[in-house]
Amino acid sequence: MSGIAGLDSGEILRLIREQQVSALEVVRECLARVDTMDGRIHAVLRLNPRAEDEARSQDRDIHASRAGPLAGIPVAVKDNLLTDGLETTCASRILSGFVPTRDATAVARLKAAGAVVICKTNLDEFAMGSSTENSAFGPTRNPWDLERVPGGSSGGSAAAVAAGFAPMALGSDTGGSVRQPAAFCGVVGLKPTYGRVSRSGLVAFGSSLDQIGPITATVADAARALAAMAGPDLLDSTSSPAPVDDYIGSLDGGVKGMRIGLPREYFGEGIDSEIAGAVRHAAERLEGEGARVEEVSLPHTRYAIPTYYLIATAEASSNLARYDGVRFGMRLDPRGRLGEMYRATRGAGFGAEVKRRILLGTYALSAGYRDAFYGKAQRVRALLRRDFEIVFDSGVDVLLCPTTPTTAFRVGAKIDDPLAMYLSDICTATPSLAGVPAISVPIGLSSSHLPIAAQLIGGDFSEALLLRTAAVLERLFGRLIPPAPEGAAPGPGRRT
Amino acid sequence: MPNSDPPHEVARIARLAHLELDPEAAPRFASQLSAILDYVALLDELVADPPMGGPCEPRLPLRADEPIPSLSRERSLANAPDAAGGHFRVPRVLGE
Repeated sequence: MSGIAGLDSGEILRLIREQQVSALEVVRECLARVDTMDGRIHAVLRLNPRAEDEARSQDRDIHASRAGPLAGIPVAVKDNLLTDGLETTCASRILSGFVPTRDATAVARLKAAGAVVICKTNLDEFAMGSSTENSAFGPTRNPWDLERVPGGSSGGSAAAVAAGFAPMALGSDTGGSVRQPAAFCGVVGLKPTYGRVSRSGLVAFGSSLDQIGPITATVADAARALAAMAGPDLLDSTSSPAPVDDYIGSLDGGVKGMRIGLPREYFGEGIDSEIAGAVRHAAERLEGEGARVEEVSLPHTRYAIPTYYLIATAEASSNLARYDGVRFGMRLDPRGRLGEMYRATRGAGFGAEVKRRILLGTYALSAGYRDAFYGKAQRVRALLRRDFEIVFDSGVDVLLCPTTPTTAFRVGAKIDDPLAMYLSDICTATPSLAGVPAISVPIGLSSSHLPIAAQLIGGDFSEALLLRTAAVLERLFGRLIPPAPEGAAPGPGRRT
Repeated sequence: MPNSDPPHEVARIARLAHLELDPEAAPRFASQLSAILDYVALLDELVADPPMGGPCEPRLPLRADEPIPSLSRERSLANAPDAAGGHFRVPRVLGE
């Protein structure tokens, strides 16, 4: 990579501060990179036509010494986050043409800190999927190998960061949708504690699970993004009043004396042995940095995916009832009757995976089945959370495990087998159900030159500790930069 | 699906969800949902009966009960497929 593209936000902020480059030049270079590269990747659904004006405004603030901590930093935003005046579709036909009249709180806070939204990124429709193949507007490709998926559902955001379109992007994570694509694309992805970041303006999927999280080039970028977004919000009653830690200031704390647990259930059946080996090697390296590593158990882990797919679909079936052709989005009205309008609009507007989940969720909540499915899943959810509480109460600070059971799979490999696709979330769904924070950080390349990632999981509101631990892994293993795509033959990626 | 006629069951659920399905898609949804439900039956191994758990149960802070500005009628209607006289307009409700 050359110039601005590929730099992390710290490096860009320094160049702007030293007046080597203006915010406008930064944004223009990122937009130019999208223009030349995104035809092959399709990470971007639409550009922000006001991005250059907003960058000029940041330059004025910088010259007047009233700039925010992210002044001039380009940000890519997943297209299920509301952006004032900029179409927001959730990659669904049913919302095409929908132009929000306000920003999501997380977006508003990044903008208030000086960040410039440059584009909206592709996703699995309504964030339902693990490959970004479920987009109504076509799949996103992985910058490491265009024949492979970028993961999902925030695949557009992860691919955009990996391709150097922006150092920072926003995703949303319901069962792994920030961490899994970050892992597949070789970038950093943080799912904060449930309630750490306001969900106001995030289009709801599974409301007890959804969290907005940064997908970034480096761990420090994730710390900067979270610092700008975290904290209570009057518009989201589930946002937490817990104090916001100094994420940036604690990045260099190291892991000396830290107790790191390896949950044995995350290294066994279903997990690629090369990934398990790489994560165990990362544990040894952390031991070399002064951490104490021990094996622990989260005994109910195998129940996480069935629990997740009952709770998430039940909540989705309820949340998606609002798409009825009345207040926003598309309407099909074949015969001028209300009930038929609902059915026709939803039948034509939703894609296959969304319909599948609405059906499953409706079934799990329907008379006669609610206790057996949804009620049971809620009870198991409490067991899954207790697994984490027991481990963290025993003095373990952080858990270390794989983010994904495999590296990025091929486009089309799982699209006709929903259950196989759901199992992509096997390492990420459990922290979502428990509400605890987790971060994915790259730790190297597989034998087929695809990114491998480690996941760090902590107790409630331990984001500072996770970022600090992830920073050590990043120092030990380096950033991953995909091979140059411009007409070049696929080659091994490199570390910086 | 526990019902002996999964495609019929899918049609029933689709009606509950106000979701029109292609007739040819229903059998595929039925077999996929049957496979998923077979898999979630894994939970039946657990007899545990702990309280239900969400991630945010201890506290749900409420803001002060004071009026704050909300969306104007004009902005609320800005994305409506059909609006008239300051309202969302829908097809006939009675006599369906």
